[in-house]
Amino acid sequence: MEFLSPSTLEEALEAKSAHPDGVPIMGGTDVMVELNFDKRRPETLIDLARIPELAEWGPDGEYTRLGAGVPYTRIIENLQKQAPALARASRTVASPQIRNRGTVGGNLGGASPAGDTHPPLLATDAVIELASVRGRRTVAARDFYLSFRTTALQPDELITAILLPAPKGPQQFLKIGTRNAMVISVAGFSLSLDAENRTVGTGLGSVGPTPMRAEAAEEFLTAEFDWESGSVPSEATVRRFGELVASAARPIDDQRGSADYRKHSMSVMARRALSWSVTEYRKGATRCA
Amino acid sequence: MRVNLNVNGEDMTAENVWPGESLLYVLRERLGLPGSKNACEQGECGSCTVYFDGVTACSCMIAAGQAEGRRIRTVEGLAEESGKGSDKKLDTVQDAFVEAGAVQCGFCTPGLLVQTDDLLERTVGQGKPAPDDAEIREALAGNLCRCTGYEKIIDAVHLAAERRAASGSNA
Ligand SMILES: Cc1cc2nc3c(=O)[nH]c(=O)nc-3n(C[C@H](O)[C@H](O)[C@H](O)COP(=O)(O)OP(=O)(O)OC[C@H]3O[C@@H](n4cnc5c(N)ncnc54)[C@H](O)[C@@H]3O)c2cc1C
Ligand code: FES
Ligand code: FES
Repeated sequence: MEFLSPSTLEEALEAKSAHPDGVPIMGGTDVMVELNFDKRRPETLIDLARIPELAEWGPDGEYTRLGAGVPYTRIIENLQKQAPALARASRTVASPQIRNRGTVGGNLGGASPAGDTHPPLLATDAVIELASVRGRRTVAARDFYLSFRTTALQPDELITAILLPAPKGPQQFLKIGTRNAMVISVAGFSLSLDAENRTVGTGLGSVGPTPMRAEAAEEFLTAEFDWESGSVPSEATVRRFGELVASAARPIDDQRGSADYRKHSMSVMARRALSWSVTEYRKGATRCA
Repeated sequence: MRVNLNVNGEDMTAENVWPGESLLYVLRERLGLPGSKNACEQGECGSCTVYFDGVTACSCMIAAGQAEGRRIRTVEGLAEESGKGSDKKLDTVQDAFVEAGAVQCGFCTPGLLVQTDDLLERTVGQGKPAPDDAEIREALAGNLCRCTGYEKIIDAVHLAAERRAASGSNA
């Protein structure tokens, strides 16, 4: 096995282009499990941890640019205002030691349907920046996940950054697991309300081969929600929203939970996220008035 | 490959390292530092916790090559601070664990000591209040213990925090 330690992005892209089967390693919290348990024996490991650009974050026009290699701990400490749902999701990942190392780039690279960052990235319409020796391009998170653990990322590409739109309303993230720490989600849900464009975003995790949106639920709430004054939606509206979110889910039975339980928990989380969002929305509305 | 790293203040070189092996393996099998324990090799138990460039991490989740040129501090480095050789004294956190009865089989202890040391550094070490039960549980959520039931561990952290705060204010 060859171990490459590029110190610039250009070197890393050249390495990835020369070794399309080479496995990038950032925090290592997914890659090392596979190596330790002999599940993977790549010919080449490409260490991305020495590339300064990947570890940086900062404003970028209407976005916050989050380097693909920024660990969760930094996101929790620094980006709660800029990316509330992502920061909340980051809080629920694993343990402090893992959050000190694990990254959003790694979560996207592995693209497990249970990855906690996917629902917020979908709900908030985040954009993923990819680069190769051929150049840089951006892909909306909503177009990134193609099929089980398969994404728009090409073999010669690396994920360089995630562009997080400035929040324009409440954002939520909820996750079901067996305890408070160290759990892969049984089901996860993120909701984002955009008061400026009057749109709703959703993201569902662990309930299908890929992370997904509940588009019918988004359209329903966009039409039903009282964007003007944020009045509390009727019980029927809340229930219908929950049903529509649950019906988008395509879960399976596995050791973490049954399909029925997952669908049910999706509707509960959706209703809860909506009621929290409305409370927050009304606070925002009174502040602006 | 060869890996040069600084462990507990000392520059060390590990030879004949297979690039896919973990920092934990390098520490235990190549550098003769068996303090960090190997229980799960999948980031779940925290018994391999070390400081990696000042931040706590599971050393089983770090590839050997990623440690090139980095500063590592292991459980062996906690005691060293208070003296050298046979004078080696346990540090406040270690003493508190012994006194509170927080050690049974001891397998989880090295990881808990490092993670507790970090918690105290980030709280009382910076003049902030001692961590409460909830903060302690949160900080130690990635460290599993199969013996103690955790209560004595929490007691030990409170005791260590008290003492470190007291020694800090004297300094
Ligand atoms: C004990 C434990 C608990 C966990 N709990 C959770 C949890 O609660 N929620 C959750 O979502 N995840 C969890 N995980 C999984 C893991 O921590 C996350 O997926 C994390 O985000 C991975 O980031 P990393 O930087 O460590 O990735 P790495 O392991 O370095 O890489 C992961 C994958 O992404 C690829 N990759 C990394 N960076 C790039 C890049 N810049 N461009 C292209 N490809 C790249 C790698 O080749 C690899 O395929 C857990 C893992 C462990 C060990
Ligand atoms: S051995 Fe590293 S976390 Fe268990
Ligand atoms: S004392 Fe035995 S595992 Fe904790």
